[in-house]
Amino acid sequence: MSRYTIIGTGVAGFSAAQTLRGLEPKAEIKLISDDPHGYYSRPGLAYYLTGEIPEKQLFPFYKKGKINLDVQHTVARVTRLDPKSHTIEMNPGGTQEYDQLLIATGAHSAPMDVPGSDLKGVVTLDSLEDTRHILSIIRHIKTAVIVGGGVLAIELVEGLVEQGKKVHYLLRGDWFWSTIFVEAESRMIEHRLVEDGVTLHHHTEIKEILGKKGKVIGVRTSSGEVIRCDMVGVGIGVRPQIELAKAANLQTDRGILVNEYLQTNEPDVYAAGDVAQIYNPQSGQSVTDNLWYPARKQGRTAAYNMTGQHQAYPRTVSVNVLKMGGVMTSIIGSIGTGRDEGPVYTTRGSSETWKQLPNTIATELSTGISNIRLILGQQKLFGAIILGDQKISRQLKEMINDQVDITPIHDQLLQPGPQLGKVIMDYWVKTKK
Amino acid sequence: MSSPVSNETRRIRTLITGHVVPETEKCIQCGICSFSCPIGIDVRLHAWNGEDIEDPKCLTCGECIEHCPRGVLHFEVTGLFNEAKQ
Repeated sequence: MSRYTIIGTGVAGFSAAQTLRGLEPKAEIKLISDDPHGYYSRPGLAYYLTGEIPEKQLFPFYKKGKINLDVQHTVARVTRLDPKSHTIEMNPGGTQEYDQLLIATGAHSAPMDVPGSDLKGVVTLDSLEDTRHILSIIRHIKTAVIVGGGVLAIELVEGLVEQGKKVHYLLRGDWFWSTIFVEAESRMIEHRLVEDGVTLHHHTEIKEILGKKGKVIGVRTSSGEVIRCDMVGVGIGVRPQIELAKAANLQTDRGILVNEYLQTNEPDVYAAGDVAQIYNPQSGQSVTDNLWYPARKQGRTAAYNMTGQHQAYPRTVSVNVLKMGGVMTSIIGSIGTGRDEGPVYTTRGSSETWKQLPNTIATELSTGISNIRLILGQQKLFGAIILGDQKISRQLKEMINDQVDITPIHDQLLQPGPQLGKVIMDYWVKTKK
Repeated sequence: MSSPVSNETRRIRTLITGHVVPETEKCIQCGICSFSCPIGIDVRLHAWNGEDIEDPKCLTCGECIEHCPRGVLHFEVTGLFNEAKQ
């Protein structure tokens, strides 16, 4: 009987445990993480912060606080991995043996590298503990400064606005998330944030967080301006947690390098989720994903391979759909890079595959209440960004994923008009048959 | 363009001849859907399993669709009752 150990209780780890239990009902499965709360919906934290759901709603599959997978969950930090002797060292817990190991340690929020970043009142939204901490001090907060250009930062902005706080949002570029969005898209979101009372500061970074008696009292910006605040929310990006793997001499780059079977350079050690950088034999590149569903699929694929069932990671286009500034936004497939703002951390809720782009043309249609950008080659769609009305987003996702031949409508897509939605919908129906 | 069938009739017809369908790959398991279901269907579990919400108790009230912040859920006409009528 095999002994399986999984480090990390995010969706990749949980999905692996669930799959392993399905494949081997009697196997020994150990889940180890330093997050005392085990598996919960990390993206759901944003809605816990806004007050849309109570904390207990974050825990699917738990009945009376217990998960019914017959796995052993240990709260501990894994301090060392030795692939040769098939052992890990845990604190607390000492040395443990495994037959097959999955590293699903995820990615953690990158800290601010400025003076004052250790002050009380500097927060992020990485874990349930982070969210609990924000909510525990929220009644003492009047004004917050948020920094960062992606999903995590805007979740903090929206959560604090919803909690009735005055929010200053600092953006280092010309517009919000300029590595993903073009200006028109970003302005739709920014406009809604301003309507909600958020003060935007473009081309602005924090140079110093100011404190008094160990607590945040303001920030000094790159322009020398001082903004008074009692909370600083950091959402500048995430870093895959690769330290354990590195120390064990596993091959790493931005994440832990794995083949399409999610296997590291050590045959009995696998990696999945935000921490994994997966080789794609088609593109010849290894990329990371910071998305929930790919992490779940990776956990499942790793589990199959850990049991000896050879299964390659089934790639589909990366999709994220979420509300930003109240604007429903879908990001599908390869959409290229907007602006290169220098070395930045990976953003939570994003995928490196979005930035892989062959020779393509972008076409854009804006109707004021919605904005559609299509990235197309001569024969197929590579990606799409849809803000606002989502009526055709599912159809576009399927057309991109299925690599539908768009030659018959190519010219119509290049000259988008009000009939664009109908053209896409009609063609989708036709190709579906 | 006028239609012999009003939009409201169309809407009600859809509600009684369809059910809620999840797009699993968009779901982040936040549970807002299950939380907003007035009769306590665990919509989230259906989404995790990639199953349509075919629970006979489902009112097709649309609360889960309305509240989902990720656009995971939509109505799909199944024609189940139309077929039964024939």
